[in-house]
Amino acid sequence: MNLSLDRLAADHSAAITAVHATGMAGERMAALGLMPGRRVAVLRRAPFGGPLHLRIGPTELMIRRADARAILLDHVRRWKPAARRG
Amino acid sequence: MEACCPPRLSPRPEAVGARPRARQVATVGPPNTGKSTFFNRLTGAGARVANWPGMTIEVMTARVLLGATMVRLADLPGIYSLEGHTDDEAVVQRFLATVPLHAIVAVVNATRIELQLPLVLALKATGVPLVVALNMADEAVHLGVTIDAARLAAELGVPVVSVSAKYGRGMEDAKRALAALLGAHPEPVVADLGAVPARDVRERESARLCALAVRMPAVLPAGATARLDRVLLHPWLGIPLFFAAMFVVFQAVYGIGVPLQDAMKWLQDALKNGALAPLLSGAPPLMRSFVLDGLVDGVGTVVTFVPLMAVFFAAMALVEDSGYLSRAAWLMDALMGRLGLDGRTFVMQLMGFGCNVPALMATRVVRNRAARLLSMLVIPFSLCSARLQVFLFLTTAFFSPTAAPFVLFSLYLMSFAAAFLTAFVWRRRYASREPLLMELPPYRLPTLSMVAAEAWRATSHFLRRASGFIVAGVLLIWVLTHLPPGAAPAGPETPAGWLAAALAPVFGPLGIDPLMSIALIFGFVAKEIVLGGLAVVLGAGTDQLAGALAGRLDWVGAMSFMIFTLIYTPCLSAIATLRDEAKSLRFTALAVAWPLSLAWLASFVFYQGARALGF
Repeated sequence: MNLSLDRLAADHSAAITAVHATGMAGERMAALGLMPGRRVAVLRRAPFGGPLHLRIGPTELMIRRADARAILLDHVRRWKPAARRG
Repeated sequence: MEACCPPRLSPRPEAVGARPRARQVATVGPPNTGKSTFFNRLTGAGARVANWPGMTIEVMTARVLLGATMVRLADLPGIYSLEGHTDDEAVVQRFLATVPLHAIVAVVNATRIELQLPLVLALKATGVPLVVALNMADEAVHLGVTIDAARLAAELGVPVVSVSAKYGRGMEDAKRALAALLGAHPEPVVADLGAVPARDVRERESARLCALAVRMPAVLPAGATARLDRVLLHPWLGIPLFFAAMFVVFQAVYGIGVPLQDAMKWLQDALKNGALAPLLSGAPPLMRSFVLDGLVDGVGTVVTFVPLMAVFFAAMALVEDSGYLSRAAWLMDALMGRLGLDGRTFVMQLMGFGCNVPALMATRVVRNRAARLLSMLVIPFSLCSARLQVFLFLTTAFFSPTAAPFVLFSLYLMSFAAAFLTAFVWRRRYASREPLLMELPPYRLPTLSMVAAEAWRATSHFLRRASGFIVAGVLLIWVLTHLPPGAAPAGPETPAGWLAAALAPVFGPLGIDPLMSIALIFGFVAKEIVLGGLAVVLGAGTDQLAGALAGRLDWVGAMSFMIFTLIYTPCLSAIATLRDEAKSLRFTALAVAWPLSLAWLASFVFYQGARALGF
């Protein structure tokens, strides 16, 4: 299965299999933790085609949908934030 | 290592390599780690932005006595890696490659340790003695991240201290560790950037260290940040809540700031009438007028707004330090993206509400030149604190206390409208494709001392930067309006009178009379002198200015004047900054001409429209 990050629904997480970004974009993604082997969760998607709100480990960040297309995923699971259990 | 470094970073060779008397230490770390707070804690109040000796790089520097050793500290810009290509990263690379250092203090965010250790490993590999400060220890505890600092230190082979710069905890440990390191390494070393291992090597080593010394909860306690985000980033509520929050901030600025401003006015009048006027009673009339009507009235009018500005900066610091500002970027990106901008520009626009100049400089984070130029074209429309003081005065003078906040709010909306229109018109000329990745830090409760410190810093910076401008501008206006001796202030025989007559056909259709247009001409230098200029032109003291204006203008005219003031060129310092950052005269000319035309058009449409509707 090869789903790109821009299509991952809110409240779902997945494992990153590949990042098709080079140069500066790739550097910046890696520096913020977007690299193969890590799990990324989409917390919410901004309305009107706005950016995604991601969580990778303890880090939360925003990424545009167009940029998220470069990140390929596998092993999609429902994401259960701790706060919702309480 | 980089052959492409911009020439402005080139070192002056004579100073580099000379053995410095003080020990040289740099703090290095990623953005959002509280590095500057750490630096301020370490150095006390003496830090200032200055050129590092021998380098044409502006960094925050300070001297501090550690034990018996004098240390010169530099706070380098926040970076994610030593290999990056942003301006900030180039500055750090150049600094490290040329300046011999006795030590580097790596400041990392303890809650992001797994992402930030690779940078620490890179710094260690450069060969410069290193201390690691795990900052935000308080937040790490809160989030359930535990780091075995002793184990990490043993594995890394460098001292590691756990600190919370925000609350000042662990700073003594950090100072002791640094002093010990400086004692053990008396000779400075230039960083060997070529020795930094490849990224994947550092990643693997970082993962190994984290496995040994760091315990991360699989799912961090989402807690307050997640609950707040569910409301504040709500698909439909988010943006209205954001504007509501901003509106509350402006209301608070009015509620707290205006009584303070009245107190300042009272003080100034007491000084002028009680002390200066009797003192100058024997002086020649021209000199008396120069001091009382030129200096005291002009400068005093500006000074009475200082408490108001301090309240404003405190409110902005509160919004910024809480972590809400980057959420605003997330909320606004869909709109900004369509305008060819991004959410960051929106944050810079908000920064521009304090002062356009730092906001223009902050566009450095936008690495794509076209996107950066478009941001720089948009930011000067932000209603800065200097314009705010003009509007606060005019709105209170022409509108009822209930209506005034709404008028001010409408000016803020107009500021956005002018910015968005500009971006929309020019988005194809300055089109870009650059990935947008930004951290959304957890919400933080700003401490009172941090907010107060920021209000003090911003206000005093504004006064320092602007005071020369203000005095020179106000005096220039006095000369243009009070010479030749004996002429009625700003009368037809003064230079100002000629200017006003010449410009009457331009400003007449806007409902701005020739005398008021003089204030606008000087507002080109700095908006800070518009009010002072009006006071001089109308021959009124601070206390009579509102009355003198009310006699010449109705609210439609006042609004037209405010719209023009809002949209045209912010000030000479902004223009100078723009030219310096864009390094293009053509772009600078556009950045002056476009807002001028837009200001005239907007005022014309408003004034003639309102008159046509019978107001």
